[in-house]
This record gives sequence, structure tokens and C-alpha cells, in this order.
Amino acid sequence: MTKSELIARLAEANPHLFQRDVERIVSTIFEEIAAALERGDRVELRGFGAFSVKHRESRVGRNPRTGEAVKVDSKVVPFFKTGKLLREKLNSD
Amino acid sequence: MTDHTVTRAQLSESVYQEVGLSRNESADLVESVLDEMIDALARDEMVKISSFGSFSVRQKGQRVGRNPKTGEEVPILPRRVLVFRPSHVLKNRINAKLGNG
Repeated sequence: MTKSELIARLAEANPHLFQRDVERIVSTIFEEIAAALERGDRVELRGFGAFSVKHRESRVGRNPRTGEAVKVDSKVVPFFKTGKLLREKLNSD
Repeated sequence: MTDHTVTRAQLSESVYQEVGLSRNESADLVESVLDEMIDALARDEMVKISSFGSFSVRQKGQRVGRNPKTGEEVPILPRRVLVFRPSHVLKNRINAKLGNG
């Protein structure tokens, strides 16, 4: 399911809304999550999961083709932990 | 770095501010978005949100685990796990702000 398919499904389930409003609703949600992570905040959606950012220290990596050592800068990566309910739902059959 | 947690309430509030539906309906729609995603994942469908990331379901085989307290061997049954892969856009965006923090 892509973002546009998600929008189409929601639009179908909510015929009283304009398609462009549904688009804005979906975009706003992901934009808010991204903005929170950008601030270093956590986003906790019970039953679904939690988004957070994790710090990775700089390290010496290796170019897998040449074997050459390269410095990898420290960075932050987005992280998602699946919520308990969703985890159970994926394994309910 | 701040130490805040964003929840459904803030997402609903943003939708309310942005779209101009009632607060109740905004909250319902946030829930509907999550429900649609959950349903797709439960059908083993991948959910791809451009410039955000993708959620996919991976099948894990059975393996032998160990109770860390007793050392006892216990079988870990085959199960399905959710994997989130952030998009490059999201990774870059977060690093632009927090990268050197």
C-alpha cells in the first residue's frame, strides 16, 4: 500500500471529505512525526508503535570493494519499535 | 535535545489546525490512518510512505533461544515481525538538525 493508496482508501471510507483534505490529513500526520524526530522527540502511538531517534557513534568502516578504511561520521537514525498490539495482530493466525 | 513525547493527541491537534474539521473528527481520522496501515500490514502488505519510509512484514523462522536467567533452552516459534525502513529523505532531514548534536 502506497501513500496514495492509503489516501484513496480513506477517501472511500469518508465520502463526506474532499480528496484534498484527506491528502492533507495524511501528509500532516507524517509531517508531524518527522518534525518530532527532527527535534529529537519520541512519538508514541499506543497499539501501533513508537518512533524515536538513535545516535550512532562515528566509527571506522571499510569500503567492501577495496578493503580501504574510511571514517564514518557519527549520525542519528530514525528507529521504530512495533507496539504490542500490532505485534500480536501480525501473529494472530 | 528535548525530552518530549508526541502522542495521538498532538497529531490530532495538528490535523485539527491544518484541515479545519472538528477535534473529534480529526482524532477519528488519525485513528483511521493507523488502522488502515495496521490492516494492510496484517494482510502482509508493505506500506510505503514516500519521503517518510516503508513498513514491511518479515517472516522469521523457528530458532532455539535460551532463558537468560536459567540457561534453559526454549524454542522460539516462527513469527512475523515488522520492519521499518526510514527513507533517505527522513534520514537526511533528521541528520541535518541533530547530526552534530
